[in-house]
Amino acid sequence: MKALVLAEHDNGALKAATRNVVTAAAQAAGAVDILVVGNGCAAVAAQAGAIAGVGKVLLADAPHLADGLAENVAPQVLALLEGYTHVFAPASSYGKNVLPRVAALRDCAQVSDAIAVLAPDTFARPIYAGNAVATVQATDPVIFVTVRPTSFAPAGDGGPAPVETVSPVADSGKSRFVGRAVAKSDRPELQGAKIVVSGGRALGSAENFQLLEKLALRLNAALGASRAAVDAGYAPNDWQVGQTGKIVAPQLYFAIGISGAIQHLAGMKDSKVIVAINKDPDAPIFQVADYGLVADLFEAVPELIEKLG
Amino acid sequence: MKALVCVKRVVDYNVKVRVKPDQSGVDIANVKMSMNPFDEIAVEEAVRLKEAGVVTEIVAVSCGVAQCQETLRTALAIGADRAVLVETDAELQPLAVAKLLAAVVEREQPQLVIVGKQAIDDDANQTGQMLAALRAMPQATFASKLKIADGWAEVTREVDGGLETIAVLLPAVITTDLRLNEPRYVTLPNIMKAKKKPLEVLAPAALGVDVAPRLKTVKVGEPSQRQAGIKVADVATLVAKLRDEAKVIT
Repeated sequence: MKALVLAEHDNGALKAATRNVVTAAAQAAGAVDILVVGNGCAAVAAQAGAIAGVGKVLLADAPHLADGLAENVAPQVLALLEGYTHVFAPASSYGKNVLPRVAALRDCAQVSDAIAVLAPDTFARPIYAGNAVATVQATDPVIFVTVRPTSFAPAGDGGPAPVETVSPVADSGKSRFVGRAVAKSDRPELQGAKIVVSGGRALGSAENFQLLEKLALRLNAALGASRAAVDAGYAPNDWQVGQTGKIVAPQLYFAIGISGAIQHLAGMKDSKVIVAINKDPDAPIFQVADYGLVADLFEAVPELIEKLG
Repeated sequence: MKALVCVKRVVDYNVKVRVKPDQSGVDIANVKMSMNPFDEIAVEEAVRLKEAGVVTEIVAVSCGVAQCQETLRTALAIGADRAVLVETDAELQPLAVAKLLAAVVEREQPQLVIVGKQAIDDDANQTGQMLAALRAMPQATFASKLKIADGWAEVTREVDGGLETIAVLLPAVITTDLRLNEPRYVTLPNIMKAKKKPLEVLAPAALGVDVAPRLKTVKVGEPSQRQAGIKVADVATLVAKLRDEAKVIT
């Protein structure tokens, strides 16, 4: 058995989640190759080849592959499937967009958001916003899986694996990239951060989120928010942690002024240590928190920053 | 232009489902069922495009049991013009649904297909992408803004790092994210009107589609539960615990 992992990157650097996907792919199939699809991304291919356990790197490099358009990436993956029993991608907005398209073109089902590999063809995945976990067995000749990165350890360094350049597929002409508004932040990326500081509706305004930024700065933490805070306009949508936002599992998670709706818990309950600060002693967040502090966040957070020094 | 919207009947988002004791699935007997919230956004977007004069006809499609007719009636009450139910009692997985929808798309020839990005029961997030693949249509997933002009759809997408805008050539598949719009409340007169709108029922066999599941559900279990920890008295204790007990800060 051999798995092909679709690498996620920005043409300059490999996204860290790719390492976690390699771990999952190796558990299922043993042998793993990586496919890098992009433009001017030889550096990414080299980074992919330096991951332990990678047999070789396939590199499809062309201008029309620059922006991850599914109409071009999917046929590129499809063209390279010969010899692979599995295809893996991260359950990120990139993987979720592209991989089902490849699976359907190959007439195969996809296992979405796998959180455990139980056998080469059997995976655990959350359903109903994580209120149940289904064990599913794939029966198709090629097994397509998107992986929840936080459920698998990142693969270490190894290699270097050889890089093989493959011929790019033609541009579909049916889609084009227009632009990107990526939030600039000097904070770590939410899904890769060791510490996450998240705020809820109790923050009361976008200005008050600056208080959390100070705490995040001190801890070198990423910033997150509940859906309620995002819906209220206090924080941008890409900060959203939860079923409809991002799934995170940092070493330390601060839930500040967050009541703890199921929706939110689905996105952070696998964090190693959870701290909750909330005025309401009955808030459901305290049922999952390792350390709960019943306090007014506007008093507790400044004091916390001060005590951390 | 004609728009097709796809709607799924799911357990209402307010219901906390329970795993069956024999681990064969979740217990959905006698629980409230509703239209998948992301699909409601899809219907609303189509209706807004019709109100703006871009779309001329809206066809709502659902696949599943006879009771999906209720879900389709809701779509008609929001403003769809007619409905198609592909009726089956069989378990339908995303690839099978995509094939059924592809067959309906072939019959109806819509310029625009709008579907929810994921259903809140199986959380698969596949059907729109698979449908697009099967019909060789471009896709714009996780849409938070949609603009139609000159045979193209310009779509702003919610992606991990922020927002991305792409343009897709029509006919295309759009999958909706939460911030695309806020669906309207359906009014009683519109519910009454919806009862008179046409609703066609088809069988999967009539569309020539094999819906046999490709994934076997071995079991459905409870997620691992997290134990509640302790409450600390003050900030100083919290900092001490994080430093000395959990050792997660320095």
